[in-house]
Amino acid sequence: MSAPSTGAPRRTPLYERHLEAGAKIVEFAGWDMPVEYPTGVRAEHMAVRESCGIFDVSHMGQIETVGPQSLQLLQRLLSNDVSKVPVGGAQYSVLCNERGGVLDDLFSYQIDPGRYLTVTNAASHERDLAWFQAHSASEGFTAHVRDRVGDYAMLAVQGPLSREIVQAVSDAPLPERMTAAMRRLSGIEVLVCGTGYTGEDGVELLLDPIDAPALWDELCHRGAVPAGLAARDTLRLEACYHLYGNDLSEQRNPIEAGLGWCCEEQTGFIGSDAVAAAREQGPAQMLVAFRLEGPGIARQGNQVVGGGVVTSGTLSPSLGVGIGLAYVPAERSSVGSRLEIDVRGKIRRAVVEAKPLYRKGP
Amino acid sequence: MAEASYPEDLLYHPEHDWARIDDGDPALATLGITWYAQDALGEVVFFDPPAPGTEVHKDEPYAEVESVKAVSDVVAPFTGEIVEVNESLVDDPGAINEDPYGAGWLVKVRISDPSEREQLLDADAYSAILV
Repeated sequence: MSAPSTGAPRRTPLYERHLEAGAKIVEFAGWDMPVEYPTGVRAEHMAVRESCGIFDVSHMGQIETVGPQSLQLLQRLLSNDVSKVPVGGAQYSVLCNERGGVLDDLFSYQIDPGRYLTVTNAASHERDLAWFQAHSASEGFTAHVRDRVGDYAMLAVQGPLSREIVQAVSDAPLPERMTAAMRRLSGIEVLVCGTGYTGEDGVELLLDPIDAPALWDELCHRGAVPAGLAARDTLRLEACYHLYGNDLSEQRNPIEAGLGWCCEEQTGFIGSDAVAAAREQGPAQMLVAFRLEGPGIARQGNQVVGGGVVTSGTLSPSLGVGIGLAYVPAERSSVGSRLEIDVRGKIRRAVVEAKPLYRKGP
Repeated sequence: MAEASYPEDLLYHPEHDWARIDDGDPALATLGITWYAQDALGEVVFFDPPAPGTEVHKDEPYAEVESVKAVSDVVAPFTGEIVEVNESLVDDPGAINEDPYGAGWLVKVRISDPSEREQLLDADAYSAILV
């Protein structure tokens, strides 16, 4: 199965649930997805910060890599040191082209010895898959790359109460952060991953699409609040997680994106020479987090006066001010630097902030 | 307000704005955005009012309202001069969602060409373009 590039948007197994809940549906990367529910993005956002939200992220893709040389293949493709991922472990990395440009950012899990599941962004999935398959073949690895998109529904349960809510229906203790394990939740086989995209504790759940509505209903019944893509975006931006297509692209390398921490050039991944050179030279621009000092909301594409561009911007529901990420000249990228952003003709003053923009209080 | 509503006493611009002509002064209009516009936008979190004295031109943007997700231009249904802005929206932009035809009004305009009202829609005609 593969996502069609044209034609009607695909629907997740929870589409009917979203309609019944009165969600606003938008097309996102070829999928009909809930952008917000009637309670609104701010209430959904705060539910994740204060209690528990549940997101349908079944649009995300999966690639399975198996075989005697699955590790060697992934080591060649992914920027991080995949040999450090134990069975049941998770790791974040980027996929680079030969020039060090970012093709996607990914989470990979070793779910069985030598068997890895890599979660892709919906808009990049087809390209990622073709990249995996092409390099597996051309470089002669004894590994098999399987497209698993459509084989899984994916739910993200996030927030301070999320583990308690999921634990209550689990047959065994939930895996810790950055680990993954099979569990039975309400009797349903689920790959439970201690990962997320909100800056809160929580789990991501991969399961057979047929079982997704029943588990969704059960977790909602136990207090998880449905949250849409709009809240997912405000939450990840407060946490300063990158969004591929906004903050990451083929035109940017991981060093300038602030992702040097997940690049292990000595592994010899595709693009590692270019990444090493970028690290050595120091980038001309850096991706920074900023906060507006006055009213207003900077948006993607707004220019930074004197050079640079906003790649993500929103009003922070937690902080009540405009926040965002922007590429700015390296000499103005240190915390506390003053920026001026041209917001549709109005110059808004901003200050470079430490990442993440939102941090849990004591 | 949760349910769509398009009051009979207002004039509508197809770009989802309304105008209310003052009872005692036919050259004074209060402007705002329609239920449809605020619903499409979602929760309004920012309104940057134009300054009183600003000239506005029919069919052209005169202000912006922003939700968490998006920014939307507000188009003038009349040509004229802004004489008053709803300053309370600076602190409470959510009033545009809660009461788009009342507390959520945006500006008052001194109309320079009252005949422009002939080009605006009544509630039925506006509702018809939403279908």
